[in-house]
Amino acid sequence: MARTVIPFGPQHPVLPEPVHLDLVIEDEKVVEARPSIGFIHRGLEKLAEKKDYNEFLFVAERICGICSAIHGQTYCQAVETLMNVSVPPRAVYLRTIWGELSRIHSHLLWLGLMADGMGFENLFMHSWRIRERVLNIIEATTGARVIFGVCKVGGVRRDIEPDAIPGILAELDSIEKDMRDVTKVFLNDKSVKARLCGVGVVSKQEAWDLGAVGPMLRASGVAQDMRTLGYAAFSDIPVVPITRTEGDCYARCAVRCEELFQSVEIIRQAFNRIPPGEIAIKVTGNPAGETITRTEQPRGEVVYHLKANGTKHLQRFRVRTPTFANLPVMLKILPGCDLADVPMIVLTIDPCISCTER
Amino acid sequence: MSPDAIDIVPLEALLERVKEKRDRGCRLVQISAARLPEGVEVTYSFDLKNRLSNVRVLLPDDGTRLPSISAIFGCAVLYENEIQDLFGVGIDGLALDFKGKFYRTTVRFPFGSTKAPAPPPAPPAATAAAGPPQNTN
Amino acid sequence: MGYFQMSRLALKWALTKPPTSRYPFEPRKVIPGSRGRLVFTKDNCVYCTVCAKRCPTGALLVHRAEKKWAIDRLRCISCGYCVEVCPKKSLELAGDHAAPVAARAREFT
Repeated sequence: MARTVIPFGPQHPVLPEPVHLDLVIEDEKVVEARPSIGFIHRGLEKLAEKKDYNEFLFVAERICGICSAIHGQTYCQAVETLMNVSVPPRAVYLRTIWGELSRIHSHLLWLGLMADGMGFENLFMHSWRIRERVLNIIEATTGARVIFGVCKVGGVRRDIEPDAIPGILAELDSIEKDMRDVTKVFLNDKSVKARLCGVGVVSKQEAWDLGAVGPMLRASGVAQDMRTLGYAAFSDIPVVPITRTEGDCYARCAVRCEELFQSVEIIRQAFNRIPPGEIAIKVTGNPAGETITRTEQPRGEVVYHLKANGTKHLQRFRVRTPTFANLPVMLKILPGCDLADVPMIVLTIDPCISCTER
Repeated sequence: MSPDAIDIVPLEALLERVKEKRDRGCRLVQISAARLPEGVEVTYSFDLKNRLSNVRVLLPDDGTRLPSISAIFGCAVLYENEIQDLFGVGIDGLALDFKGKFYRTTVRFPFGSTKAPAPPPAPPAATAAAGPPQNTN
Repeated sequence: MGYFQMSRLALKWALTKPPTSRYPFEPRKVIPGSRGRLVFTKDNCVYCTVCAKRCPTGALLVHRAEKKWAIDRLRCISCGYCVEVCPKKSLELAGDHAAPVAARAREFT
């Protein structure tokens, strides 16, 4: 059988960001996938040597446009660990609330892209219509739509006024209702199922061995969620990881659909328990020491490795983003699939290439 | 995480240590490198039941090569290519070697290179310029 | 179950007013508290240059001697760091956004 090499990307209708794959095709089956990344490497890790640790927060938040809130939060947590700062409880709750709002908007964005990828334009529009309502809540509380810019070392920059909370909760209820309608289509529609069920199956062992994280790992039956580590307000609000056992594209889609409602529930609980008080404390001095901080982003576990030597610049700032960890799994499941299924498989890892290359 | 969870091992013992982690069923979380005045420090993080454990080796600046762990953890390939491209560390036995084409950076080895003469003890920003002749493509 | 999951949703929204606004004809609704355009009030500024030093993107330029304050709108990321550090409170983020521009330029005040 003759082999053909088909380039996939860096520009492709399903790819929001540039990644390139050389697909070796035999008939209609992929036999090998060779990745090539590095189109949008911006050298952000190197930039840590030029910006002081407070200014670098703005860079850390811009590693990625979609998981920005949790990047900012993780960076602050890591620096606070280095400086032995304990953040006021109200700030911790606010960070949790914003983090979960960002998870909802990220998952809705992904669901939309997924629908778009399989040619279900109507569903795509509806996912993004709901996402817009989430973004409105975010803009009203933080002042920006996707790059929140509310975290700072020692706390948060803004407070959510107590009289604004009932309005937000009412809006969330209505968003939840809308999300039920849309996720029902994702989970039950015959054409969606035909496109996703049994495509790109990863077994539990394979996913673990290849270092998969986030929904990718949970869809294969491993109950791993960094929120169970109890960072931020998750020490008071327990999180039970949502898992599926099938390990196919449909399972990954279902995990993300269910996480939407989990996040809504977390936000409700956080608003119920949010303590009054300060939202930030003054931080003086420079960080020193080393820390590895892990949090759960919409796409999975993110690892921040910070080394500081007592100057205002960090000695080393290193981020391992969830997509980077999920790429090996993607390369593992591509061989053997149909060419037409490649876009679906690439999309279900929720590729965030800016994150990956920093 | 407290820094004492970091296990500093000599370079020869690295593969054995990583194999041990693998046998215990750990997941490779990340490999990160950092440039220190005396060389490049490579940290391997593993996760088991949400507990993080780290193995660390120090590569001196005399062109010492790092053995690849990609035969033990397949997913290490990407991390190792990244370290090869950004830090100029030579890596032996990579399962998939991009040969310096993984990251397309204008400055070759932005974090300096172990193959070059040891970078002068200058402020960190200057180490980038201390790399080998710059790639002009 | 199965085949007509979407039709109900589609039908409902076909009969509802579109949630989008007709943008150029209808201005964007300003959400209160949004971080938008950076506004400079000349009156109490002492030209201490703290804002220019702290700006993460280098969008601000302050001439102490000539008493000039300038901003490059395309560089500004509306992060609000300058507003925080200004000792005289002469900077403020307005809720609306700056008008689109085609070229990079510094606006002097």
